[in-house]
Amino acid sequence: MVKKLPKTDVVVVGVGWGGGIIAAELTKQGLNVVGLERGQERHTEDYYMVHDELRYAVRYELMQDLSKETLTFRSNSKMRALPMRQYGSFLMGTGLGGAGIHWNGQTFRFLPYDFNIRSATIERYGKNKIPADMTIQDWGITYDEIEPYYDKFEKMAGISGEENPLGGKRSSAYPTKPMKHSPPMKMFKKATEKLNYHPYTIPSANLSESYENPDGIARAACQYCGYCERFGCEYGAKADPVVTVIPVAAKTGKFDLRTHSWVRRVLHNGEKATGVLYTDVTTGEEIEQPADVVVLTSYVFNNARLLLNSKIGQPYDPSTGEGVIGKNYAYQVVKGGATGYFDDQKFNNFAGAGALGMVIDDFNGDNFDHSNLDFIHGGYLSLTQTGLRPIQNNPIPSDSPTWGKEFKKNSLNYINKTLSIGAMGASLPYKQHYLDLDPTYTDTFGDPIIRMTYDFKEQDRQLAKFTAKKSSEIMKEMGASKVDSMKELGPYNITTYQSTHNTGGVIMGADSKTSAVNNYLQMWDMDNLFVVGASAFPHNGGYNPTDTVGALAYRAAEGIIKYSKNGEKLA
Amino acid sequence: MISLTDDKKKKQSESERLSRRKFIKNSGYAVGGLAVGGVIGSVIPWDTEDKAAPQTNNKNNKTTNFTHALMNFSQAEFKMVDAATERIFPEDENGPGAKELGVAYYIDHQLAGSYGLNARDYMQPPFFNGEKVQGYQGRLRRKEIFRIALKEMQSYSQKKYKKGFISLTEEEQNAILTDFAEDKVKLMTVSPSGFFDLLRSMTLEGVYSDPLYSGNKDMDGWRMRNYPGNQMSYTDIIEEDFKDIPPKSLREHM
Ligand SMILES: Cc1cc2nc3c(=O)[nH]c(=O)nc-3n(C[C@H](O)[C@H](O)[C@H](O)COP(=O)(O)OP(=O)(O)OC[C@H]3O[C@@H](n4cnc5c(N)ncnc54)[C@H](O)[C@@H]3O)c2cc1C
Ligand code: SF4
Repeated sequence: MVKKLPKTDVVVVGVGWGGGIIAAELTKQGLNVVGLERGQERHTEDYYMVHDELRYAVRYELMQDLSKETLTFRSNSKMRALPMRQYGSFLMGTGLGGAGIHWNGQTFRFLPYDFNIRSATIERYGKNKIPADMTIQDWGITYDEIEPYYDKFEKMAGISGEENPLGGKRSSAYPTKPMKHSPPMKMFKKATEKLNYHPYTIPSANLSESYENPDGIARAACQYCGYCERFGCEYGAKADPVVTVIPVAAKTGKFDLRTHSWVRRVLHNGEKATGVLYTDVTTGEEIEQPADVVVLTSYVFNNARLLLNSKIGQPYDPSTGEGVIGKNYAYQVVKGGATGYFDDQKFNNFAGAGALGMVIDDFNGDNFDHSNLDFIHGGYLSLTQTGLRPIQNNPIPSDSPTWGKEFKKNSLNYINKTLSIGAMGASLPYKQHYLDLDPTYTDTFGDPIIRMTYDFKEQDRQLAKFTAKKSSEIMKEMGASKVDSMKELGPYNITTYQSTHNTGGVIMGADSKTSAVNNYLQMWDMDNLFVVGASAFPHNGGYNPTDTVGALAYRAAEGIIKYSKNGEKLA
Repeated sequence: MISLTDDKKKKQSESERLSRRKFIKNSGYAVGGLAVGGVIGSVIPWDTEDKAAPQTNNKNNKTTNFTHALMNFSQAEFKMVDAATERIFPEDENGPGAKELGVAYYIDHQLAGSYGLNARDYMQPPFFNGEKVQGYQGRLRRKEIFRIALKEMQSYSQKKYKKGFISLTEEEQNAILTDFAEDKVKLMTVSPSGFFDLLRSMTLEGVYSDPLYSGNKDMDGWRMRNYPGNQMSYTDIIEEDFKDIPPKSLREHM
């Protein structure tokens, strides 16, 4: 028997950055919001023993429990998809705050080019520059239109930074000054300036100084503690939903947050969503929560999965290219970096912060000429200092043994003498890359899990080679005694960590035939259903996604408020 | 009258108060004048009485390590793991190897718990052989993999050298491990390189995880590579050149 609860104005599925922002903005406007989060409650107090690499970074304390839910993966449709049984390539968040708890906090805006990638590419290079099966499309929103929402997210989170000399125009400066510069960052700055590039400090959600945001939330400065990526911040210095937007929602008295609530279906009558069905995982009870508006903020995979399992929208069909749910899954191309070994210099590699570093955008987007290159777009190149913890960081020259006497000697010698330049390569969508429901494997409740069909393409291989070459040149200019860099990208492999920057599946656009949601993230096929997150990205840019996720969430919140007043389609 | 233990306790809590004050000062300076009670307030140790002894690393002061007993391996298995991990991370002029650091105890304890049972991995059937890019697809759990692979290693060693693994010379042990690492042994039960990779990664975990897990004895794993362990703040040194900071463990927070 399903227990039916009284109706609410809005129900939000998943309470990470997306869900937290929506809840704060809507409750401030007087709407009643129920937040359903499958994981547990979280507090800053939980992180008293957080400087534990094994527990948090290696055993994934804060991430989704794969024994209950995972996804399946295959490189192409001829292969049998098999479950991702253990973590590797990316790490899904769970619990209050979602992955926003254990992110690094590198907070970049996408380039103006990203939002009209198709028309801009054709305009500069002609139609033939785009491979026939590459399905890039304009986003249905321009950089200028999304700019105010970026500004809003950055002020809420207190982003520390300085202007990107090659980025889009900003309506105001970053709310806090850039992070401190470590000696390796200074070396990167000097080398890239010498090469006539345009370095700037990575925009950071680890606060450079104490800050009070427009909602009246005050937070302390980052301590460069070196336990940031994959960890929660015991100081509340790293912007996460639990120390920013969730308390704002709670204070209104209009936010009914329910943790341990696993949403399994969006309920609907074909035209409108009527609410959601969820299981209270502590009791096993099935509960119906009716609502006027339903908002999915359950990350890329579950946003797509909930729609498919609820039979909402037309599933994407790769053989015809028709349908939209699951379309344009994209990822990131990060392996094209370089590592430098310095025989006569030592660095405090153990110290750092998740978003501490320097970066250049000279090879990102269309900031450079692609006429004679076999790829489009690019990525940023950065030197970060995030704190190299000892289990996971044992850098050794590429031709040396990986265990035994020689390994020990090299790894002890090089740990504080090694620096890396990383590339955050853009990932563009293809007709053959998509998400659908797996026909065989299920989650802990017996619901089908997501099946991912994805591999690297020639575009990615060329892009990675290019960024690896540029990274090596910078590393040499920095004075490394020996430089290693990626030779060949190889096939996409789900077992090694790359980034948790999955995108697409419920993409936005200007046309209901080729996109699932409009530029308010409102479903074309169902007015009162909004789908928020990187699932809306038609491709992935050469940056980390969360500034754009946050900006789109603020935009969606504005749309939901409008919609709940007049009940009309917003675009 | 004040007893000796009381006196010691007093001294101890005094030194803790000092270190805590240092911590508060550290973060207080960063907090500036802002009222952020809910955040910083919560992580400052709240109770100064009745705490564990401050951290010392007095090598001559040998106390019994009660965690050095077995909850998973047999004695024979333990000895093999002790020997094999020492080959992966051997003692040398830089300092102790896996054996001395307690790595085999670390592995024993991990295999007995949720990691050994793959409690947070997706272990639902059906099982099929997959491509390399799809990752581990076996039905065996880590605890079982170790049990089977150690048996295989022992019989391979008997076959190759007519001796058990722990009786081999270092070179011979290295040769056996190399054959596993490079899949030169043909087995029907487990993947030799899969086992070797697991053994190698667990060795590094045992060398470098917080001593709370029974490896990294006396934080010597960290000391060898100038890793400071659990420090509350690097604000003062982040702009500076390399600094050697004596390590602290999570025990510091008790
Ligand atoms: C280690 C790491 C480092 C990162 N670093 C950066 C970085 O430096 N910069 C950057 O821009 N991005 C970074 N990211 C990515 C960033 O964390 C995400 O973009 C962001 O957190 C996404 O927010 P979200 O709200 O869309 O999803 P999430 O944070 O994933 O939140 C989704 C929530 O929904 C819940 N949920 C899912 N399904 C259900 C269901 N059926 N019922 C109920 N609840 C459900 C989940 O439990 C979760 O809490 C990083 C990610 C990781 C893992
Ligand atoms: S590095 Fe800074 S922001 Fe990150 S966890 Fe440590 S104190 Fe917090």
